[in-house]
Amino acid sequence: MITAFSFAALAAVFAALAAAPFFLGTYGIGFLLGLVGYVTLASAWALFSGPTRYVSLATVAFFGIGAYTVAVLYETLPSWLVLVVAALIGLFVALLVGLSTLRLAGVYFVIFTFGLAELIRQLVTWYEVNVTGTLGRYLFVDYGPEVVYWKLLALCAVTLAIGYFIKRSRWGLALKMIGDDEVVAEHCGLPTARVKLALFAASSVIITLVGAIQAPRWTYIEPTIVFNPTISFLTLIMALLGGAGRLWGPVVGAVPLFLLFEWLSANFPDHYSIILGLLFIAIVFVLPNGVLGFFEEHWNRLRARGSAGRTELSQDREAG
Amino acid sequence: MFTTFRRLSLTVLAGTAALALAALPGSAQDHPDKIKIGYAVSKTGANAGGAAMTTIPNYKLWLSDLEAKGGLEMPDGTKIPVELIEYDDRSSAEEVVRAVERLAGQDEAHFILPPWGTGFNLAVAPLFDRYGYPQLAVSAVTDKAPDFVKRWPKSFWFLGGGHDYTNALATLLADQVKAGVINPKVAMISVADGFGIDLVTAARPSFKEAGLDVVMDQTYPVGTQDFTTILNEAKASGADTFVAFSYPPGTFALTQQAQVNSFNPKVLYLGVGVGFPPYGANLGEKAEGIMTLGGIDPANESNKAYRERHNEVNGQYPDLWGSVITYASLQMLEEAIKRVGLDREAVSKELSTGTFETVLGETSLEDNQLRDLWFVGQWQNGTLAGVAPADRKGASDAKLPKQPW
Repeated sequence: MITAFSFAALAAVFAALAAAPFFLGTYGIGFLLGLVGYVTLASAWALFSGPTRYVSLATVAFFGIGAYTVAVLYETLPSWLVLVVAALIGLFVALLVGLSTLRLAGVYFVIFTFGLAELIRQLVTWYEVNVTGTLGRYLFVDYGPEVVYWKLLALCAVTLAIGYFIKRSRWGLALKMIGDDEVVAEHCGLPTARVKLALFAASSVIITLVGAIQAPRWTYIEPTIVFNPTISFLTLIMALLGGAGRLWGPVVGAVPLFLLFEWLSANFPDHYSIILGLLFIAIVFVLPNGVLGFFEEHWNRLRARGSAGRTELSQDREAG
Repeated sequence: MFTTFRRLSLTVLAGTAALALAALPGSAQDHPDKIKIGYAVSKTGANAGGAAMTTIPNYKLWLSDLEAKGGLEMPDGTKIPVELIEYDDRSSAEEVVRAVERLAGQDEAHFILPPWGTGFNLAVAPLFDRYGYPQLAVSAVTDKAPDFVKRWPKSFWFLGGGHDYTNALATLLADQVKAGVINPKVAMISVADGFGIDLVTAARPSFKEAGLDVVMDQTYPVGTQDFTTILNEAKASGADTFVAFSYPPGTFALTQQAQVNSFNPKVLYLGVGVGFPPYGANLGEKAEGIMTLGGIDPANESNKAYRERHNEVNGQYPDLWGSVITYASLQMLEEAIKRVGLDREAVSKELSTGTFETVLGETSLEDNQLRDLWFVGQWQNGTLAGVAPADRKGASDAKLPKQPW
């Protein structure tokens, strides 16, 4: 339960983060920008994939759509309108994709979403090659990274708020049911397809906006740059590390992992990939339920020493 | 927590000399103990191949040269050892941006060397500009360099733009048509990649203006390995000239399959990869006559010496297009620092206006761009000789038609 006090604390944290650019150099701002970007991506990803347990690798597809929309339109439209257009395109693609694929389950969905990112990348490439005749687009803006950062921070707050309200609402309950057993949910009269679609769309629109907001960081936009599959994988592993089923899970996962990436690239630039790979394996083996899940489990075990009956229940829930 | 950066300290050889000088009254008192040179370049990921060919070995060679000399020389003759700070951008645009922010904001590098690739050089250009670092962008082929110079006055562009290369090729071909060596028909293919698309977009108007007749104009996806159909079509088109704006490994596959299919156009022009030393070494005699972008002046002695030293330090010869220019850009930076010191504003001005003695010969920039370049090269007598622009000093004559395989 979030009390008035925790709300105040949360507001204070966000206010402090918003004020940070006035005290930090460009490196600090760039660092926070990357951090907030991944926190938002992981939270948006978990919005849909957490409760439904549909593992999506389409993150970068929407991220890239957002970035490309900005690259195409930034000169013709005011920047807020560009974001609106990007969100609408993201929504449209999400609905299209959702309608045709959310009936897929398990590994088929994973494969499809991975393919989707590649498909969109190839479509953009084809269009640029055959219609515009140039592959790279220049994106010149006159504002610095702090503006990008503030926009991302606002989006991050909105994402967490959406996650919070969904959890409190009947939607959250419906999603939990779908995640636990989709067939049962269907038999109880839940419009599972519609619920999943709505969630997928919301999550995709946020991811599209992250791409659209971050694009001006690169000055030059190219399919290989904005459709980099690493973004999908990092988002996924961050959400999983924290625990995708919980509101704060992705934050708890994204923050330490991002710090770790930064530390590794600064100190072990030559061994980054090896260390990262080992870490991923460790995460999956040691923390299959995420950090929050891990702590919750141990907390439950501690409590269970008092009453043996509750142990089985809580372990059942973890396993389910 | 994040301050223990991996640092490769280059030398203390000159340290004692520097100290002795520093002790003299009135000399070198405001010099730092070390000059921090930083770079972020793709050591892993999709761009690693290009960076490992054109960029990293030349950075290493230059740093090892500096080590041997005892460091960077200041205007008063003091030599200050160099400390290297090196990051891997893992071929990610976000990572290269943050690494340069780290170099400028955290590590407070005195100078930053640019990353590899057009996209990445552009990604970091606003940062170099904001922090006031001169950016010596070598591995970036762009027609927009004049605009970039206006936008970022401390940016320098060394490799020309797509139109430069295609105009030079068109002129060369038109001359051969006039001389009756080849017919005016051209078959042209390009890889659907930044490089291929930029060049083919530039080539269309260039060829048209030169009165050439493009009878085939196809684009193939990145990763294509089987070019049989394309080559057959080119053969059937009746064109004497075959132009492929290709990228490795496509370039190698094209070379091999042209031999297998006994495809013998009178002009065979292929893209990136032809200038890699193993290309000439592996093909031997068969490489003779193949054309591409870049090239060198075979008679240039300092270039020869540079190639040998590159081989000594890196265990491989440099490529015959961008490498020597990368090294020359570093020599210019070194010389500019020697003339005006560590003030980045002054160094940028010196780079912009000064004339330098480099491995390319006497080098100077026009509007912050290196314009004295080889735009077409041809394998002749085991080296990639620059053949266009034909009026440039040291140009070799194009030998056409190319002999059959």
